[in-house]
Amino acid sequence: MVKNGERGGFFARLKSGLAKTKEGFINKVDGILKRCGKIDEELFGELEEALFQADVGVRTSMELVEWLRQRVKEERLEDPEAIKALLKERILQILQRGEEKESINLQAKPHVIIVVGVNGVGKTTTIGKLGKKFVDEKKKVLFAAADTFRAAAIDQLEVWARRVGADIVKHQEGADPAAVTFDAFQAARARNVDVLIIDTAGRLHNKVNLMKELEKIKRVISREDEGAPHEVLLILDATTGQNAIEQAKIFYKAVNITGIALTKLDGTAKGGVVIGICDELEIPVKFIGIGEGIDDLRPFNSRDYVDVLFG
Amino acid sequence: MIFQNLSEKIQNTLKKLRGKGKLTEKDVNEALREVRLALLEADVNFKVAKEFVEAVRERCVGQEVMKSLTPGQQVVKIVDEELRRLMGETKSELNISQTPPSIIMLVGLQGSGKTTTAGKLARLLKAEGKYPLLVACDIYRPAAIKQLQVLGEQIGVPVFTMGSNTKPEDIAKAARDHAISQGYNLIILDTAGRLHIDDEMMGELVRIKERVRPHETLLVVDAMTGQDAANLAKEFDENTGITGVILTKFDSDTRGGSALSVRAVTGKPIKYIGVGEKLDALEPFHPDRIAQRILGMGDILTLIEKAEAVMDSEKAEAMAKKVLKGEEFTLQDFLEQLKEVKKLGSYEELLGMFPEMGKAKGMSNLKVDEKVFVRMEAIINSMTPEERANPGIIKHKRKARIARGSGTKTQDINRLLKQFGDLKKLTKQMANMAQPRKRGRGFLPFFK
Repeated sequence: MVKNGERGGFFARLKSGLAKTKEGFINKVDGILKRCGKIDEELFGELEEALFQADVGVRTSMELVEWLRQRVKEERLEDPEAIKALLKERILQILQRGEEKESINLQAKPHVIIVVGVNGVGKTTTIGKLGKKFVDEKKKVLFAAADTFRAAAIDQLEVWARRVGADIVKHQEGADPAAVTFDAFQAARARNVDVLIIDTAGRLHNKVNLMKELEKIKRVISREDEGAPHEVLLILDATTGQNAIEQAKIFYKAVNITGIALTKLDGTAKGGVVIGICDELEIPVKFIGIGEGIDDLRPFNSRDYVDVLFG
Repeated sequence: MIFQNLSEKIQNTLKKLRGKGKLTEKDVNEALREVRLALLEADVNFKVAKEFVEAVRERCVGQEVMKSLTPGQQVVKIVDEELRRLMGETKSELNISQTPPSIIMLVGLQGSGKTTTAGKLARLLKAEGKYPLLVACDIYRPAAIKQLQVLGEQIGVPVFTMGSNTKPEDIAKAARDHAISQGYNLIILDTAGRLHIDDEMMGELVRIKERVRPHETLLVVDAMTGQDAANLAKEFDENTGITGVILTKFDSDTRGGSALSVRAVTGKPIKYIGVGEKLDALEPFHPDRIAQRILGMGDILTLIEKAEAVMDSEKAEAMAKKVLKGEEFTLQDFLEQLKEVKKLGSYEELLGMFPEMGKAKGMSNLKVDEKVFVRMEAIINSMTPEERANPGIIKHKRKARIARGSGTKTQDINRLLKQFGDLKKLTKQMANMAQPRKRGRGFLPFFK
């Protein structure tokens, strides 16, 4: 089940992880450029369609095509092949807007990360993989099982804790998630933990009471340490359509998310949603999940992403 | 709300056509372009949107419309009919086998909600008089089996497992034998989440299918899925031959285009929708209701659902208690209520959910002042606590001050006080009705 990614073959893994997106998006663009002998409205129309289909989003797609139109006009381009380079340039620009400026710095102790998201996006799995990453860096990691709602969510996190060599603080199912969080924070201090990662229950962003619960979890942490949480990571499922942007906006309003991890990017031919997210939001994409393997959660790098996609 | 945006866009576009006495092909094309964009924004699959628009266009430029006296209305009618066709006309029942046990297999991507849905479905079918058995065929995800066991316990349905070292197809086979010998007449197989592009994992589903021949293979799809919904539905259908679809997380605010795409691409009906986190939150899917929603014909049920989800239940209860006890309803309470109502969405959005008002909105071009709530809030906020508790003391001078403070006019304040007075009377009446000792014979005429 777990496809082993070799540590050295980072670029190769990214390539195979994004193969579907490349096939469904860039190869389609190639096809359009080849088929249309010249640059005209028909070509722009088809490009727009290709962007729509890749989940880039209606607004971003239309703006992107408009930008291309302008550039073609200004530079009096005639060869359709030139469009591809322009497209790459523009997409890179958009992605850089959303790129993480600084990498996660672990000065605070414990460095507290709250992981949030709607149901089924892969929060617990992402926490497992994140934990692995920190443990590999010789950090002491503690998981807090604050998803006390979903059946066996605690057990699932426990399996991950054992698997990657992290500690876990848990209560019973149905317990108050804020109480779990509080205990976990105290434990993290007492045990001299480097990174505390809090797993929260999946919740739909349009449920007011559930969003309030999340605010409370955050408050509990801030009360103990003013600078914490240092990171509120929103997990988004790459197969989600335009709703992903809605999710990010509302979670941001409630708990000030500081970053996004985009999971299941390998499973979709529609990885274009990254572009829409970076275009419409000011929140950096910090990680992308490109496979089921334990090492398949990668820091997001716009240059690599574009190079692989257009390569 | 799901479909809200899609519905508004389509209605607005069609409204433009409605009044015209004569339609040119250009009019139709322009309107249909708007409709297509609205569909795309709602995550309707690209091809599906295109085909839909083509189908409408073909019928629109035909004789029946152009020669009609009210061509605009005809277009609306065509869109309506095509939408219904796209969604499937009627509710679709579960296929139950004559010789038990009936076998239902749930398949889908990771995180679409298969395990939770398995629990919900078992609960629903148990309530309908079946004897279901849940079967844990997800041997990969950590604690997936445990999750199913916990759910089974909550709803009182037994769970069949063989741990995580037996092949899923063997588990399924053993479960069927177990069901036959123990008298269960329905089996629900919870399988592992898998990507539709993962050949190896798809092969596993095919093997399960060959072994136990399920009567229903239901694809569980997240209603928030984007353009890929059509792809994944197609892949699952081609590989495993699905018989129907369950849409989960339907209570989110997704625009819901996936619902349209999945059905259009596979031709398989949507059988259930998941509408909440609790185990009783699974409902049969009514295509007609959804079509109505998209075309703005109103949906009171949705309004109630929405109120329940968004409003603060504790606050509402406290307020109800207060009113029932006959306590004074103050401007402060009024302010709290305004805030709650605002959470439901814009004024116009709310009106749209009432059928007649929705229509009135379309016909009279009535402009609803969205700021009316904001202004009311500002006025109350400019009052002292004393004034809020006892509005009787607000006379000329105070009114002038409040008007200045809230940036309104004295008339606005008078209007608010009048409305508040009416509301107060209403709450008093409600309290009286609810008071058991006062519910005497003849006390209220309509209680006789």
